[in-house]
This record gives sequence, structure tokens and C-alpha cells, in this order.
Amino acid sequence: MDFRTVPTICSYCGCGCGMLLEVLDGTVISTLPMKTHPVSQGSLCIKGWNIHEFINSDQRLKHPLVRKNGQQVQATWDEALDAAAQGLRRIVDQHGPDAVAILASAKVTNEENFLLNKFSRAAIGTNNIDHCARL
Amino acid sequence: MVGLAAAFGSGAMTNSLPELEDAKVIFITGSNTTENHPIAAKWIFRAKAKGAKIIVADPRWIQMSDLADIAVQQRLGTDVALLNGLMHIILKEGWQDQAYIDERTEGFPELAAKLEEYPPDKVAQITGIDASTLRRMAEMFAKEKPASIVYCMGITQHTTGVDNVKSLANLAMITGNVGFASAGVNPLRGQNNVQGACDMGGLPNVFSGYQPVADETANAKFSKAWGRELPNKPGLTILEMFNGIDDGKIKALYVVGENPMLSDPDLHHVESSLKKVELLIVQDIFPTQTARMAHVVLPGACFAEKEGTFSNTERRVLLVRQAIPPVGESRPDWEIIRDLSTRFGYPMNYQSPEEIFEEIKSLTPSYAGMSYARLADKGLQWPCPTPEHPGTVFLHKDRFTRGKGAFSVIPYKPPAEVIDADYPMWLSTGRTFVHYHTGTMTRVSPSLHQEQAEGYVEINPADARTMKIKDGERIKVSSRRGEIQIKAKLSPKVDRGVVFIPFHFAETAANMLTNPAFDPAAKIPELKVCAVKVEKLAA
Ligand code: SF4
Repeated sequence: MDFRTVPTICSYCGCGCGMLLEVLDGTVISTLPMKTHPVSQGSLCIKGWNIHEFINSDQRLKHPLVRKNGQQVQATWDEALDAAAQGLRRIVDQHGPDAVAILASAKVTNEENFLLNKFSRAAIGTNNIDHCARL
Repeated sequence: MVGLAAAFGSGAMTNSLPELEDAKVIFITGSNTTENHPIAAKWIFRAKAKGAKIIVADPRWIQMSDLADIAVQQRLGTDVALLNGLMHIILKEGWQDQAYIDERTEGFPELAAKLEEYPPDKVAQITGIDASTLRRMAEMFAKEKPASIVYCMGITQHTTGVDNVKSLANLAMITGNVGFASAGVNPLRGQNNVQGACDMGGLPNVFSGYQPVADETANAKFSKAWGRELPNKPGLTILEMFNGIDDGKIKALYVVGENPMLSDPDLHHVESSLKKVELLIVQDIFPTQTARMAHVVLPGACFAEKEGTFSNTERRVLLVRQAIPPVGESRPDWEIIRDLSTRFGYPMNYQSPEEIFEEIKSLTPSYAGMSYARLADKGLQWPCPTPEHPGTVFLHKDRFTRGKGAFSVIPYKPPAEVIDADYPMWLSTGRTFVHYHTGTMTRVSPSLHQEQAEGYVEINPADARTMKIKDGERIKVSSRRGEIQIKAKLSPKVDRGVVFIPFHFAETAANMLTNPAFDPAAKIPELKVCAVKVEKLAA
């Protein structure tokens, strides 16, 4: 039996509350508030307290999917990444980099948003990058 | 973002959440704080317990209204008139901070001249708030310091969103409330890393740290670091992207961790655009409505399955730690982007998020002094330019980021769509305390689902009585863009003539009805106000 408590940050709203995820044998089984966090100081709201439920949801996407003959079918990472990369390559070659648009995310980390910004501007060569937080 | 950046030189929250505790006055507008930012609300409760005065202006009667010393329900879309009216009274009574205005700001005479046009009687007519209440609000806000303004999407999601924000900045500056502890203008960010997505250059016009792509020095710096000549013309915003798909200019769309099928205004338009695009790549943790339309779906790992940082609403960069391995074959988003880029022909070799963070630091002055080791404890608030810098609790101390604070002259403009004989009621949208944004994360959670399983429309009991609508009855709500069937919930929280629909529920999507007319500067869609018709279903 492997039991650990991992300090991290709630991923729901912009308060960024501190939380402890309780992990038993590779599964997050419950969530506790973090006393030392400067903003939440030992509190969480109903969303935070229940965050392990979405981590464990059986509705999570577990495999890449590629559309074939109008249907999304399970694919390997190699197939999916190649389909995405070659599709983008073909469109950039035919129509130029500004035919591509990218939506970054208020859900993923800073590092991931930074890479997306680099991918858009340096790899593709377009400034067509925005995110849904205007909404 | 745009409104505050114009006034102060930075679009971020000026102050921090814990500082709210020591404010003498807190003015909350367009933020249903207790439901959407419960932990921010906690700091407001503490301020109240210490004797702070609370003012709430919100078209709905929200929980915070019960706590407030003064709570008003202005008519939807009349925020600019309300704020101009308050400033009119402040100037007439001489309650402004003239020394601060003279020393720290510019553009005051022009603003003062415009405010002449907003006497209490006229403002009362536009907003529906009587003149004596307006006077009490102005007095309460102006006479004690520090006064803090807290707002959220209720202010920004209008065609006049930028005007609304600039007006709040005006109000804070004429009372000398920017650049001090427990004061300022404080937008609460909805999603957890909105601030970070903006900080990291997830915007069409700037690199990370808000360095403009069109700025020669900034562009040269990034071009050198990334080994390519980078484009210097700002790109398309989200709504322009969808229009671009319609015009055939945008052929490929790569969507990471977003569900525009539910969050965007005018769903029909989004759906038809997504169907048209030649290549749709969606990277997400759930099979969202948008993912179901994709040509390629890439399963990302969730926050508990990877490392990295989030920047919260008060600019605090916080360390996210991995608790478990990614579920199934899902992968951390940074690995997916890295590998996609390499296959596309621009190799990336990062071995860890920390390695990416080192690159962020080297190119982003406001993050330059941070490191994972320093963030491990309580995080750091940007700007944090050097390794010794303690981070910045509140912005604009002694000097605004842009130099002087800029007043803007803002005339009141009515909402883009107004009620008429065909669509006689106002619709407003928002979220609830249980669910989060488009519900993809919260609605799969059994505890949260039990709290609130389906969508509903709030309608004032008096209106319901006139239309013979009973609580719980399914009714039809239609606008010029579409119609939905939805359960009625009788509630005095909404005024007569107004209905409210939370936007988390795909099967009763409020955004089928909303209006994509957008704010010309920020390009934020009018999600908060449109005209609708409410009817009983045919028997
Ligand atoms: S616990 Fe609640 S208030 Fe705190 S970050 Fe999560 S959703 Fe926001």
C-alpha cells in the first residue's frame, strides 16, 4: 500500500487555492485544504473539496482519436500526432501560416501556454492565437 | 484586460485577495463573488467583520447583496451611466482626492466636463436607482480610504465592457485609490489560469509578459531566441477566427483545453464554423462537444498528473505538482505540444516543465526572478524581476506602469440589443456556485451533479404569475438567434422583465440565445445581455 499527500493548486477558479491531494496506490482518493496557502488559508469551496471526483471520472479521454470515414476511431499517438502535424503542414504549405488559428487555454499550465505561443509564432509562423477567457 | 491596461498600463488585478480584509470600503459590481469566487468572498466577509462598508451593484439580487450596506439592482447594461452618475456627485460635493488627481493622473478636465452630463435625476432614469440612493453610494465610496473595487464578467461581457472597466478605473482614480494597499481595481478571473494564459502570450498581439509582437525590440529578441523571423502583425481574436473560417481564410484550428461549442456566444454560428474548418485538432481531458467534432483528438493529462505553474487572479505564480501518472494513454499537454512541433518540422526538446520555465524567465522580465525552488513555498506575485525580489503585492505604487494614470471620457451607450415588442424581456447569463464554466469538469463529479443536475431559467414570480408559468414547468425561451426549452425557476433574485440562465448546461445552452455583437476594443462578446421572448410550451 502506497499512501502519499501531494500539495498542489486547485484548477477550477482564479483564486488558486492550495490543496493536498491524498493518493492511495496511484489514485487520488480525497482532497484536503492547505493551511499554509496565503490565499485560501485552510479553506476550500465545494468545487475544490470534490476535485478528485473529476480526476477519476470514467468519462476522461484515454486514447487519441482520429477521424476515418466520418467516424472518430481510436488511434496510436504516432498516428494521431502525424495526422495533426501533416495536416497542419499541408495547410501551411498551401495557404500560408495565417490559415492556421490556435486557441490557448485558461486551463493548462503557464509552461504549456508558453509552448503553444512558441508553436504558433515560431513553428507555424502566425499570431493567430487567442484564448476563451474573453468569454 | 484592455480597459485597465489603457488606464494604468497593466490589465491585471492591481491588489491581492488577502488585502481586501483591510479595506474600509469594498464596491462589488458584476461579480457574484460568493458563488464564483468563494474564497475571495471569504476575504470580503473578514473585511465586513472588521467594519468595512460593502456596496453591491448587480442586476440580480445576489447573496452578497444581503450582506451589503447598500445594494442596488441597476438595469442591465447601464453600468457606465451608474458610474458616471456616482462620479458626478463626488465632484459636485468635492469628495474627490484632488492632490492625487493633480499629481498622479492625466485627462481629468475632460472627464470632469463629460461628467456634467450625468446629474442624479437623469442617471436615476437610466439605471432605475433613485437619486438619494445614488448620493448615499457616492458618499460611502468616496469618504473613506482605502476603497477597493471588485468586478468580474458581469462588467466585461458587454459590448461596452471596455467602457465599463475604464469607468471603474476613473472612479478609483478620482478618489485616489490606486497604488495603495487594500485599494485598487480588481478583476476576478473566472478560470484558474486566465491570468497565466495572458501572461504567457496566449493573445494575438503580445508575446509573454505583454511584450508587443509589433514592437521591434521585443520581436527581435524573440526571433533571436527562437531562431526564426517572427510575424509582427497582430493576429486574429477568437471571434475573428470563427468569422475567418466562414470566409475560408482559416483552414485549420487547434484548440487546447477549451470548449468553444459551449462557451462562445451564438452557438449555431460556432457549430457551423467548426463543421466547415478543414482540420480541427482538439486537445482536452474530456470528450467535449468541441472534441466530438474534431478530426484529431489528443488526450491531455489533468492538473493532478503533471507539473507546472498556474498564475492566479492576483498575479501569484503557484507550483502545481504531480500526484499520479496520467490516466490511460493521456499525456501532459506540454509533451503533446513539444512532440507535435517536432513532427511539424520545428524541433523542441524540453525534458521537463521546469526547463520550459527557465526559458520563460529568460524572455519575460516580470517572471525573471522566479524559480521552481522559490515558488515552492507560497508562490510569487509578478512583477518579480530579480532573484532577490520579494514579488509585488500591489501594483502602481508611487507611479503607474504607464507613468500617469489616464482618465478616459466615457459616454453611456445602451446595450447592442434592446428589448422590443417581439422580444420583450432581458436575458442575462452567468454561472452558479456548483459548476464551472461549460461544466465539462464539474458535471462528471457525482457530488456536484447532485447539487445541481440540470439547467434552468430564473424568472421573477410576478412575471411568472402573469404568464401563468409554474415553478419547475418547462418553458420556451427564444431570441433572434435560436430557442431552447428549459425548466422555469421562480426567483425574486431577478427583477421583473429579466430572466437569468446559467451557462454550464449543454442541453439547455444559454449561448444558443446570446448576442455575438462584440466590444470594439476588447472584442469580448455580449454574453450578458440580449433580448428574449419567454413562452409557455403549447399544451
Ligand atoms: S477551492 Fe473553490 S475558490 Fe478555491 S480555487 Fe478551487 S474553485 Fe476557486
